[in-house]
This record gives sequence, structure tokens and C-alpha cells, in this order.
Amino acid sequence: MDFGLSEEQEMLKTSARDFLQKECPKKLVKQLDESDEGYSPELWRKMAELGWMGLPFPEKYGGGGGSFLDLVVLLETMGYNIVPGPFFSTVVLGGMVILAGGSEEQKKRLLSEVASGKLILGLALTEPDAKYEAASIKTTAALRDGKYIINGTKLFVLDANVADYLLCVAKTKSTSKPENGLTIFLVNSKAPGIKCTLLETLARDKQCEVVFENVAVPKENILGGLNRGWQIIQDILQKAIVAKCAEMVGGAQAALDMAVAYAKERVQFNRPIGSFQAIQHYCANMVSDVDGSRFVTYKAAWKVSEGLSATIDVAVAKAWTGAAYSRVTLLAHQIFGAVGFTMDHDLHLYYRRAKAGEIIFGDGAFQRTIVARELGL
Amino acid sequence: MDFHFSSQEETFRQEVDDFIKGELPANWAEESHYWPGGYGTIPDFEELEPAAERFRRRLAEEGWLTLSWPKEYGGAGRSNMEQAILNERLSYHRAPGPGVATLISGPTILLFGSGEAKREWLPRIARGQIRFWLSYSEPNAGSDLASIKTSAVEDGDDLVINGQKTWSSGAHVSDYAWMLVRTDPDAPAHKGISLVIVDNRSEGITIRPLINICGFHSFNEVFFDNVRIPKKNIIGERNRGWYYAMAALDFERLVVPVGGFKRTFDELVQWARETKRNGGVLTDEPLIRDKLADLAIDIDVAYMFFWQTAWMLDRGLVPNIEASVLKLVATQLSHKLANTAIDVMGPYGELERGNKWAPLKGRICTGYLDCISGLVGAGTSEIQRSIIAIRGLGLPWGGN
Repeated sequence: MDFGLSEEQEMLKTSARDFLQKECPKKLVKQLDESDEGYSPELWRKMAELGWMGLPFPEKYGGGGGSFLDLVVLLETMGYNIVPGPFFSTVVLGGMVILAGGSEEQKKRLLSEVASGKLILGLALTEPDAKYEAASIKTTAALRDGKYIINGTKLFVLDANVADYLLCVAKTKSTSKPENGLTIFLVNSKAPGIKCTLLETLARDKQCEVVFENVAVPKENILGGLNRGWQIIQDILQKAIVAKCAEMVGGAQAALDMAVAYAKERVQFNRPIGSFQAIQHYCANMVSDVDGSRFVTYKAAWKVSEGLSATIDVAVAKAWTGAAYSRVTLLAHQIFGAVGFTMDHDLHLYYRRAKAGEIIFGDGAFQRTIVARELGL
Repeated sequence: MDFHFSSQEETFRQEVDDFIKGELPANWAEESHYWPGGYGTIPDFEELEPAAERFRRRLAEEGWLTLSWPKEYGGAGRSNMEQAILNERLSYHRAPGPGVATLISGPTILLFGSGEAKREWLPRIARGQIRFWLSYSEPNAGSDLASIKTSAVEDGDDLVINGQKTWSSGAHVSDYAWMLVRTDPDAPAHKGISLVIVDNRSEGITIRPLINICGFHSFNEVFFDNVRIPKKNIIGERNRGWYYAMAALDFERLVVPVGGFKRTFDELVQWARETKRNGGVLTDEPLIRDKLADLAIDIDVAYMFFWQTAWMLDRGLVPNIEASVLKLVATQLSHKLANTAIDVMGPYGELERGNKWAPLKGRICTGYLDCISGLVGAGTSEIQRSIIAIRGLGLPWGGN
């Protein structure tokens, strides 16, 4: 067993942390959170130059040839600093779908553009019932005159407001097994009939309502084969969950570090508040939550990265890490007191994202249904 | 990163499983009332069972009682990961395992003892011939352990001991006390304490049973009235005992009974699967499934802390906060396991051992009581959190 990162992964972590400290200060994070676009083209370009967008893709597609585990290491660091923008949508959700389902030509063209930072992607999956299940997909794509015509409403679509392409999951066949009738379409986000509305959310992440009204898509834009989309989506959701957990581990560590530093310097009753047991014990609880999250997340990440069966590990990681991140940020707020309740302070950035992370891709209760099923209950 | 066990480790795990099955009575695990994470139901603490003694001797013959000790002192020179695998399997089968002698006394003597002390004590410990009890707490020295009053005064070649110890688990079934005594009453509290070994058969020792809330005689109060021990029984340097005892806290961490949690969980799941309710079985009910899944997640997390600690030890890292986190996580899990099991079983979970209606031989009911000992014993949860905050995070000591 080896709980350690490789030398290259340690270097990636350190260099990413240094870069983000300099290039993505909290002032910028807050500006971007409040903006409609939610990302900085300049920062985006620099991240691409560092090879981040192409990190998990093979070199023959213009990528960096890294493993999924390498990406997870990077995401933990990004979660620590907070990096607003469509990285998750483009690389984890979009890029991974293309890697899994794209034809050789699609992969060459699209992944190299992702890697170079030219392309922003969004995954148009969830609908108004907000579930990650095949039966929830009501959006249809019907063949007419050699083109597929998409109709339906997608909700909670991350970064659709800035995406160049949307990967839209639509029903192409009515069947009693809905997972056998879904197809992924690559849709130009500027195509006629698409209406994108930005939603205002707790975490200021750019979630959108995307309405498709008679949107025509050429047949060649199918990813992964007709009626064969759901298998790919399931595989990508598993990766997305682990990737989100990695961000959450980083965020929880940041909240802990901030709280501990503050507890050492804030003086009340003539002594640092960190000398009070109540505060010390909050910090200790945070340590066990952060460490526990890291262990289960990396175990799941390693399994996914190695191509091993990881269904239960992924569900365990999400259920535990989501709840733990929320607990950690709540305790951090308790330590910071009133100053943490100000917009000027940084802690709310984490507190907001913790809840969003807990909910996205299935909350704790949902993950526990998977754990129960996998245990054979 | 790699979360596989090596093939050597896998083989060893199988070897251990086979060994346990071969050496323990077939119904041992089912009959045992041992609750993981508690100190009140450890089998050997109540009375010495011949089967347990036989098993321990066989472990010693294999060199497994002191698996990760150097070979020259009777160990097997194996890794901490293998030690962790052995402990995990032993606790899964509720088998008798390492005790104070092998976990605390032996490693402390290895690290701080004189050559003479090593020769005198280590081989007998490794062979499983002698048992120690932990003689630390006193009526007025619990969480504030450094305030112990039991004194040891020099008299010729001897020390003369007077005072009282309490919560002395297993004192009545052991051979020697592994004991903290005050040897310099004028020095600051931490700097006047020595670590000594006292023969239980010495004149002037009185052991009185205390019955724990499970109804078992696991611990005692022990009185020392002019008890004489030779000065050579001081381990390491005089007045350095406090520091040795603190260092020894880090030796205990791989005994966290993760396997025991898993075993009881497996049994609970099996019971819920077979229990008919509302025209189906209990595991059809979403709330029951959620509770069981939640437990499974916590057990997985505890396992990760456990293996991570073994990994750190093998790399020569000192997992001192990890030891406290592990203790905290495990003892909280011990309570949650019992609590959830009673919730799942309803009134059946409240039935005591011996009742024909009691599922799992009433183990859950006992566990609900015994889990308290884990939360308050060997440093309360609050003491663990303070250690994490002060030793681990560098928060300032507030005189608390």
C-alpha cells in the first residue's frame, strides 16, 4: 500500500498552488463570482499554457498524457485556492465524455482544442426533476431530413453561458429500458433554437437553464453511438464525482488552515482563542473530517484511475466528503465569528461551495442508496 | 499511490486466517461477547480462559505475538503493515491478541530500556509467558495524569511504594504492574515521575474488583502499602517516566479493532437480511438501508485511517496526531455501531446475553454499554482532541 503522491504529483501540487496564489487571488475569485461570465479569459489562457486543460488526455490528442489521478491532484489544489470558471465542465465533464465516446477524428479535433484552451464545453444532462437517472431524460432528438432535431429543457447545466459546445443527452428511442435509448449530441451553443438563461445560485457557480427548441444537429455530431450514450454518462459521472470530491478535499483543507491560523492570532480574554478547548476541539474535529475525506477520495480516485471497479468506493467518498466539507466550513464559521459573516471575508466562498458540492451528482442519501445496493442489501 | 496489498501481504493475511481457524474453538467468535472499541469486554480481562491462553501461546510460537519486533528479542521482524493485517484479522475473529506487555511495555523497553532490562523482560514477553497491567490512573489523576501521587521512595537497593491506582484493567489476571510512580515530589509534575515494573506477588498489594456497567469484572482498584521493588525495575532513566509513557501512546494505535467493527456489521447485515417485516425483509426498508450504508461508510473511513497509520510507521514517520484521530474515530464508531444496531433491531437489540430471543447472543446490548469505556478510557475523546489541536496543529496550550 502506498498513500503517498509520486514526485511528479507533488511537484504538480506545489507549482499549481504557487501559480494560483499569484494569479487567482480571492479578490479575483469574488469578482468572477459576481460576474455573469464567471471566468477570466486571461487566467484561462495561462492555465492552458501550463497544460492543465489537456492534463488527462493522451499526447496524440494534444494532451499531457497524465492519469486521472494526476487530474485529481490538480483539482484538489484548485479546490484549495478556488478557481472560478468552466474547468470542471470543459475538462472533467466535456473532455472526458469526448475521450470516452468520441471518434478518432472527434478526439483529435476537439480534445486538442480543449487542451489549448480554445474550447469551452458544457454537459447538458440534468432536467427539471434534477436526477442523475436515465428515466429522467425527457429531452428528445428526432431524425428529420438527415438531421436530429432536439427539443426539451435542461436545468442546472454548469457553464452553458460561456460554452462553445454543449454535450446534450437526449432520448432517441422510446423503450422500457430508458438507458438503452439515450444519445449524446455535440451541439454548437450558438445554434438557432437554443436559449440559455443564467441561474443565480448559492455558490455563484454558473448554472443555467438551457431550452432546446427545434435545434438541428448533424448526424456526425453524435458522440459514442446512437442509443449508447448512457453508459458513457455513467462512467463520466463516476469520474465527475471523484473529481468533485477532490475539489472538496482541497476546499475543506483550506477552511481548516484558515481557521487554525485565525485561532492562533485572534485574542479574546487576553489570550489567543486557539488556547480555548472549545476551539481546539472544533479544530480537531475538522482534522479528522479533512483527513478522512482525503483518504476515501484518493482510494476511489486511484481505483478509477487504474480502471478497477469502484462503484461503492465512489459512493462512499461522495457521501462522506460532501457531508464533511459542510461540517468543516460550519465549524470554521464558528471560529471566525462575525467577521466570517462579511462579504469581504473569504470563508463564505468555501461555505457556499461546500453545500453545492454536497448536492451535485447526488447527495449523501442518494449515495447511501448506492452503497446499500453494492453491499447486496 | 497504490491501495493494493502486496502479494506477500495477501499471502500473510490468508495464513493468519487459516491459523486462527485452526487454533481457536470453532464457535469462539459467535460465543464471544467482546465489543470492538470497548475495554470492558476484552476476553482475558475477566478471567483467564484456557482456550485463550492456548491460542496466545501458539501466536507466540509463530513469533506473531510480537510480529514487528526485531528477531533478536523474539519478534518476527515483519512490517507494520503486516502487524496491522494481523491485528485486523484477530479482531475480526474476536481472537485474543496482544496485550499491555506486547503493545506498551515491550516496545518501551526496546526503545528506552537498558541492555539488562531488555534481556530480562523481552524474551518472556515475546513468548507470551508474562502479562502486564497498565498502572497509571489514580482516584485523583485521570485526564490530568501527571498529577499522580503514588510515591516510590529509595531505601537501599529498593524503592518503597505507597499509594493507590484505579481503573486497573486486568490487574487481577496479570503478573506485573507497568506503573507510573512519583519519585521526586519537589520537581514539576511531569519531571518527577518514573516508570517501574512491580511484581503482582509483592507483599503489600491489595487488589479489589470494580464491576463495570456491563456487569463484568474487568477492572480494579489496587492499593500499595510499603511495597518493595528492586531499583533495577526502573525502566530507562529515573524521573523520565512521563515522557516514556507519552511516547508509548503512539505504540498502541495499530490495535484499533477495525476488523471487529466489520465483523459485527456483517452480522448485523445478515440478521437484517433474514428478519421478516411487512411482507418482506428488513433490508427492503429504505430507512434501514440508509442506516446500514451510513455505518458501512464510517467503517470504510476507519479502515483508511488504520492502514494509513501502518503505512506511515513503515516509512519511519511518527503518526502522533494520527494516533489520536484514529482513537477518536474508532471509539465514536464503536458507539455508532451499537446505537445503530439497536435502532435497526428495535426492542430485540435491547435483549441481554442469555435470552433465547436475543439476536447475535445479546452482543449489541452489551456493546451499547461497553462503547462508553472506549470514549472515556485511555484518554477521553476530549483529551484526544486537545492532543490533535496542540501537538498536531500547534494551537497554544491554555492551561486547560
